[in-house]
This record gives sequence, C-alpha cells and structure tokens, in this order.
Amino acid sequence: MTQTPKIELAGVKKRFGSKVVLDGVDLTVLKGESLVVIGGSGTGKSVLLKCILGLLRPESGMIRIDGKDVLRQSHKERKAQMAKFGMLFQGAALFDSLPVWENVSFGLMKARGMKRNEAKEIAIEKLQRVGLAADVANLHPDELSGGMKKRVGLARAIATEPDIIFFDEPTTGLDPIMADVINDLIVECVRDLGVTTVTITHDMASARKIADQVAMLYQGKIIWQGAKEQVDNSNNAYVDQFIHGRADGPIKMAVRSA
Amino acid sequence: MNFFATVGRFTLEALAALGRLAIFAANSVRHVLQPPFFLKNIGQQMMVIGYYSLPVVGLTALFTGAALAQQIYVGSERFNAESTMAAVVVIAIVRELGPVLGGLMVAGRVSSAMAAEIGTMRVTEQIDALVTLSTDPYKYLVVPRLLAGLVTLPLLVIVANTIGVFGGFLVATQRLGFNPGNYLVATMNFLETTDIVSSLVKAGVFGVIISLMGCYHGYHSSGGAQGVGRATTNAVVSAFILILLANLIITITVFQS
Ligand SMILES: Nc1ncnc2c1ncn2[C@@H]1O[C@H](COP(=O)(O)OP(=O)(O)OP(=O)(O)O)[C@@H](O)[C@H]1O
Ligand SMILES: [Mg+2]
Repeated sequence: MTQTPKIELAGVKKRFGSKVVLDGVDLTVLKGESLVVIGGSGTGKSVLLKCILGLLRPESGMIRIDGKDVLRQSHKERKAQMAKFGMLFQGAALFDSLPVWENVSFGLMKARGMKRNEAKEIAIEKLQRVGLAADVANLHPDELSGGMKKRVGLARAIATEPDIIFFDEPTTGLDPIMADVINDLIVECVRDLGVTTVTITHDMASARKIADQVAMLYQGKIIWQGAKEQVDNSNNAYVDQFIHGRADGPIKMAVRSA
Repeated sequence: MNFFATVGRFTLEALAALGRLAIFAANSVRHVLQPPFFLKNIGQQMMVIGYYSLPVVGLTALFTGAALAQQIYVGSERFNAESTMAAVVVIAIVRELGPVLGGLMVAGRVSSAMAAEIGTMRVTEQIDALVTLSTDPYKYLVVPRLLAGLVTLPLLVIVANTIGVFGGFLVATQRLGFNPGNYLVATMNFLETTDIVSSLVKAGVFGVIISLMGCYHGYHSSGGAQGVGRATTNAVVSAFILILLANLIITITVFQS
C-alpha cells in the first residue's frame, strides 16, 4: 500500500520579474520524514519553502499537502492548512514589538485563544528546550544576539506543536555545541513526535545528523534526492562538489565567470 | 514617441497602483466585519493616533485660530467687526481649518509611523511570520489602525475646533479689546449643527485615509531600509493629497448653495 505523501510538489515554477528562481521543482516528503534541502546561496531554497507555505504563489505547478491541492483551495481551507505548519525564518522574523515569551506563544494565544499565564509557562518551557534561560522570556528581540534570536524563532516554530515544521538554516550563526543541541531537538521532533520536517542548511554536519532524505536544489530544479547514506556516493558531480565545499567543479560561482 | 511611451507607462503604473489600493481597501473592509477582533490593538492604536497627537494638534489649532482673528480684524475694520470676526473665526475653524489642519498634522505624525512600522515588518518577514502563525495580518495590523483612525480623529477634531475658537477668542479679547461675553454669544449664534456634523464627518474620513495610507504603503513596501523610507514618504504625501481632495468633495457636497 502506498501512503499519501505529506508534501508533494510537481513542476513548481516561480519567477520574480524576468528572473526565474524555481524552474519546475518536483519533490516528495513522506509523513514523519526529515528532508534536508541543500544548495548554493541564492538558488531559491527559501523561496521554495515560502511557496509551499503559500506566502508566495508559484506561476505554475502543483503543491499538495496531505493530498490536497493547496493552490486551488479556498481561503478558509488554506487557513486550516496553515495551522499544521511551523516555520523558522532564516532571519528569525521575531515580532519586535513583543517580548520574547509573547513571540514564542503568539500562535497559542492569538490563533488558539490560550490564556496568557498558561501560554507564558509553555513559552518558558519551549525556551528551555532551545537552551535559553527563563529570564530571556521578558526581554525584547532587539536585546538578543543573532543566535539567541534564531533559537527564539525555533521555539516559536515548535510551540504550537505543528504537524510539519520548516527550518530555514536553523544552525547558522550558532556555536558548534549549540548547533548540535538544535540538531538533537530537530531529531527529537521527528523521532518522538512524528513531525514531518524540511530543513534548509549549508552545514553538512547538521545535515548528516538530522536528515532521512537529502535533496539538492540547483538552477531551479531538484537535481538529486536520496537517502542520507547515499550522499557520499551519489555519483553526482554537483552534489559531490557541494558537500565537499570545493571551488572547482561543475557549479560555477558568478564571481569566477565574471 | 518616447513621450507617449512615458505617458503610457505612467498611466499603467498609476492604474495598477489604484487597483492594488482598491483590493487592499476591500480586503480591509471585509476583515472589519469578521472575528477575531484584536481589541487590545485597537486601544493601543487609539492612544498612538489620538492621545499622543493632542499637543501638536492643539498647538496648531491655537495658533491658527489666533492668527485668523488678527487677520479678520485687519481686513474687516470697515464692517461691524465684533460679530463678523466671531462668525468668521468659528465657521472657518469648524468647517475647514480644524479638520483639515488637524488631519494633516496627524497624517504627518501617524501615516509615516504606520508605514515605517508595517514596512519594517514586511521587509523583515514579520508579516509572513504572522501568516504562518495563523493570524491574518489584515485583522491584526490593518483593521485596528483603520478603526482607531475612524474613531479617534473626530475626537481630536472636537478638541482642535474648541482650541481654535479659543485662540481667536484670546486675540479678540486680550489684544483687540473685544467684550468676551458678546464675542461668545456671537460665536454660538453663528455655529450651526451642519457645521459640526460636517466637521466630524470630515474627521472620520480623514482618519480612515491616514490609517489606510500608512498601512497600504507599509504593507506593499519592498527592498530593505530604502524601500521602507520610500513607503514612509509616499504614505505622508498620498495622505495629504487625499485629505485635501476628500475635504473639497465633502465641502462641495455639504455646502452647496
Ligand atoms: N521577494 C522577492 N522579490 C524578488 N526577488 C526575490 C524575492 N525573494 C527572493 N528573490 C530572489 O530569489 C532568489 C532565491 O532567493 P532565496 O532567498 O530563496 O535564496 P536561498 O536559496 O534561500 O539563499 P540563501 O542560502 O542565501 O538563503 C534570489 O536570487 C533572490 O534575489
Ligand atoms: Mg534562504
């Protein structure tokens, strides 16, 4: 019996003006699976996540969540769908008018009507999960370091206990030890809570730790997808160059061709 | 040839902007009527728009009323100055200057601040984050500001009108030696209900314009700090022009003959 994929993309195209960013992306993520998307800077990884979330609308292609075509959904169905998602933005995107704990429990209070004191307790617990002490809860985002912001964003993404969580570069800007704490947290979400995750990262150590599947985005297409054990013998020159971080290879950086 | 291309492009862009604005306004109105309502945000915005604007609006009205009285005195020496002056001051302030100057001052303060705040939220992806947390940005950000503008501006304009008339009264009685009692009686005699109602209607409309321009330009800003700066300027300029245009339309409609 084949199971309905949690997320399914076919031929997704997205451009900004004349600049084509996604040029027919096909991708499948099964329930409870952790997919890591790798790819060069500016290849459209963040745009890909935003298309799946419905923050950007692709020009063509199909996106299915739990078998439902999200591009042809009504406003209301779309909203119900959104409740399944948690998202850590690349720049954290914390609400700078609210203290940290209200950021973390925003979804619980605003969308689910949870009482403030209960929400605050949960916020503090989630902050501890990402290695932040309770006294951070009352600070404002502009009083945090870059890595702390990232972790608050992470706490916010997991606070509503969503079905599907997207992490856009969760370990960028963290020290190696904290990065590993975050890796463990993501693994825990997937193993223990059955969450489906898509993680974007440039950090191969992190990718190896959290991935079930790895997909590589290059020139608007997924050029390779496979289990993480296969990354090292993918027989794909692009993947090889990327995971070993070599300047020489089929991927030409713009600085070199100029 | 080039000239036509420029005109054509300009026209197309203007029409596109008008379309975006219409969609934005329609979306906002649709969300005004449906729950959830973020009452706390409405209260907060009323404070920002109303309370913190009191000093600047009050001073504007005071100086304008006073200057007006002085001008009318100079210009109407040949007529029956006492009653003419009171009448012209109260009518000019309540019908036009109170709402228009009040609206412009608040637009300068508030449209820009709203555009900057919402614009920053847009370029730092905070608006996207709202959506992912199942909170509609129209409901959470736009609707509270529109309602607060609609309710607060009339209250501010009542204050502005009162202070403006008082400014004229001060000059008339303290500087020009008019009889305070007679001046007040003349003021009350000339003020009609239509004047007050039109003043409040104008204020409500201006309040919506101020918030709408701030939110619209902020919401559609792009391109980092520079984009937010542009949005801020555009919000103020467009709010000014729309306020003056709306004022003209309401004045022509209400005071026909
Ligand atoms: N709102 C937008 N308007 C115009 N162009 C955009 C927009 N968002 C992204 N782009 C363009 O799309 C391309 C892909 O951007 P994206 O942010 O997805 O890259 P990325 O793969 O996440 O890179 P990084 O690893 O550096 O985060 C970039 O060239 C960018 O200029
Ligand atoms: Mg990115």
